[in-house]
Amino acid sequence: MNAGKEQVSIIRPPRGWELINLRELLEYRDLFYFLVWKDIKAMYAQTILGFGWAILQPLIQILIFTIIFGKVAKIPTDGIPYFLFATVAIIPWTYMSTSMSLSGLSLITGQNMLGKVYFPRLIYPVTPVLTKLVDFGISLLIIVAVMVYYQVAPTMQLLYLPLFILMMMCVPMMAGLWLSSLSIRFRDVRFAMQFVIRMLMYSAPIVYTASSIPETYRFFYSLNPIVGVIEGFRASLLGLPMPWEYIVPGLVVCIIGMVGGALYFKRMERVIVDVI
Amino acid sequence: MNGSKRDLAIRVEDIAKVYRLGVKDEMHDTFGKTVMSFLRKPLKNLKKYKSLYQFDDIDMDSSGGADRDDILWALRGVSFEVRQGEVVGIIGTNGAGKSTLLKILSRITPPSRGEIMIRGRVSSLLEVGTGFHPELTGRENVYLNGTILGMRKAEIDRKFDEIVEFSGVETFLDTPVKRYSSGMRVRLAFAVAAHLEPEILIVDEVLAVGDVAFQRKCMNKMQEVGSQGRTVLFVSHSMPAITRMCERVILLDRGQVAADGEPHQVVSEYIRGSRESAAEKRWEDLSAAPGGKVVRLRALRLKTEDQRTTDAFDIRRPIGVEIEIEVLEDGHVILPTFSVWNSEGINVCVAVDVDPAWRKRARPPGRYVCTGWIPGNFLAEGAFTLNTTLWLQEPVRNQEYHVTDVLAFHVIDSLEGDSARGDYVGDLPGVTRPLLKWETVYYEEGREVSRIGRAAI
Ligand SMILES: Nc1ncnc2c1ncn2[C@@H]1O[C@H](COP(=O)(O)OP(=O)(O)O)[C@@H](O)[C@H]1O
Ligand SMILES: [Mg+2]
Repeated sequence: MNAGKEQVSIIRPPRGWELINLRELLEYRDLFYFLVWKDIKAMYAQTILGFGWAILQPLIQILIFTIIFGKVAKIPTDGIPYFLFATVAIIPWTYMSTSMSLSGLSLITGQNMLGKVYFPRLIYPVTPVLTKLVDFGISLLIIVAVMVYYQVAPTMQLLYLPLFILMMMCVPMMAGLWLSSLSIRFRDVRFAMQFVIRMLMYSAPIVYTASSIPETYRFFYSLNPIVGVIEGFRASLLGLPMPWEYIVPGLVVCIIGMVGGALYFKRMERVIVDVI
Repeated sequence: MNGSKRDLAIRVEDIAKVYRLGVKDEMHDTFGKTVMSFLRKPLKNLKKYKSLYQFDDIDMDSSGGADRDDILWALRGVSFEVRQGEVVGIIGTNGAGKSTLLKILSRITPPSRGEIMIRGRVSSLLEVGTGFHPELTGRENVYLNGTILGMRKAEIDRKFDEIVEFSGVETFLDTPVKRYSSGMRVRLAFAVAAHLEPEILIVDEVLAVGDVAFQRKCMNKMQEVGSQGRTVLFVSHSMPAITRMCERVILLDRGQVAADGEPHQVVSEYIRGSRESAAEKRWEDLSAAPGGKVVRLRALRLKTEDQRTTDAFDIRRPIGVEIEIEVLEDGHVILPTFSVWNSEGINVCVAVDVDPAWRKRARPPGRYVCTGWIPGNFLAEGAFTLNTTLWLQEPVRNQEYHVTDVLAFHVIDSLEGDSARGDYVGDLPGVTRPLLKWETVYYEEGREVSRIGRAAI
């Protein structure tokens, strides 16, 4: 046969820390594609609204928040209409929270497959982060519609948006890597997830402004990368000055957290099948 | 095929796999409990949690591995080589480590010790239909399952029509798989797997599903894969399939290679070494044994001609059914009998003790061991169960004591050419498989030329 193409692979007991094999991951891009396709199709199968849910879900949340925090609690928003203020934050937040929870549970959800077939284990937590981008893309329509309604003209700040979309993907990726690795040990990750996500929502300026946090705590506050994502989205969409002091610390945490999460994941990967 | 000239496809060197027992269950405690126990016994717990991932405390290098009761050596010191194009069967009892070996070869779990070299692309099939999603249509599942098994989309595009044809579910291609019958699902799943074109194919006991006709189709496909010069490694409990398809068989026993070589020899060795599971039943407490005040059953046993207790028999050799009874009351004619049932629930035969020494004769109290011999070349291949009944006759009215499904055994044809199947290696139906006497008269242009007969035994 074609001896030239033949690859020789060696299987050994794993030792020490390992890095992620990006090339191997790339070889599985077709699998990524079909897994994402499966998730999307399975999610909207037999629903009347189908993709309409990707719009309806965040829209309802925006409405509720506008009523509770905008009209009833009258939370100050630096002069921005509350509906607009909440929209630009809730859309990325919905993406982050749903993909974070799916990614964190991905190894538990996929445990049947884990023991039966090999593909890079990293695919499990990465897939939801990609799948949910479709919903996110659709829900961007809400942002467009709301901005048109409030006649917010796009500014040059909009050019920063891709950076924040990237950062927005990094947050659930980081959380997913850590949570899925931990979920092998602790099954209560599953139960804690919803609770933690609700807490996280209040840890970021989604229903309130970042400026309402006292200056002395600002640095600690902005170590949370969700803060940076939300602030970044607001600034680039609404044409506000870029609050780098809220963004940079989170970005650094995010990068360190992702690398750490990947290393930890690779380490736990070895025992996943044996203990799950 | 000159084996020595072919290149190595797989080299397994001193592979061991250790599982830690007990820890697995404790691991799934809740976070709260873990925190509490960490607070109480921090050091001990830290060690326990580390132990799951690290086996530093275990002497991995000692050739057999130390025996400890908290760890399990699923494999220890397994070494073998497979040449390109070889079709190798792996057999062994449950828990011998077959699946573990295949999982290590397919990278699902890493070995604890040793090294494996693999040349070429590996596809493994440890389950039929891994990743099938009920909401997706047949077509979508072909793509999903195919990519999960390691195919590229372009590759599936190319083979799509072939896959669909093999599966025979053309008309349901755009129906969600959840509306398929389980048979259709298996067909489609196997069709995908059958069209993998790896250099090395690894298959666990997956062919036990599906109907007989489809199983045969699958076997043929695997044979075809083997004949195309690809390397195949597969686990099966079906000895006919193993001997028919493999050019070499590896026998695993408690995680070690017990035999490796020519299929018939290894299969025979497996049969000989089979552990005694359902081959014997003893009632230690006579008062609780089946029977009544006249007679009680002491033991039932299956044995070979050389008095070995076993539950696996060579199709050519007789099977001894031993019925041990204790007669407690004088003056009764007692008839031990047994019946043989095959796996389809058919009563193959009933045998009544006709030993002339005790015909129509009352048995005085004492212990009797009565053995009935089922001749060789009588039962077909397969699994059988044995029911025993003690009939009581004169002087009182008939009475019976039944014991059902206590003994079970296998009849295995090691395909050495001198059984009733001759040189035919395919599946043979039938409840019995007697070796008949055949004769042929040959006429050449109307003249009788020769009589060639072949005597039975
Ligand atoms: N994840 C696991 N944790 C602990 N023990 C395991 C695990 N997987 C398999 N074993 C044990 O390893 C041994 C070999 O199992 P296996 O390879 O499945 O055997 P086979 O396929 O030959 O029946 C068995 O005793 C089984 O209980
Ligand atoms: Mg098995």
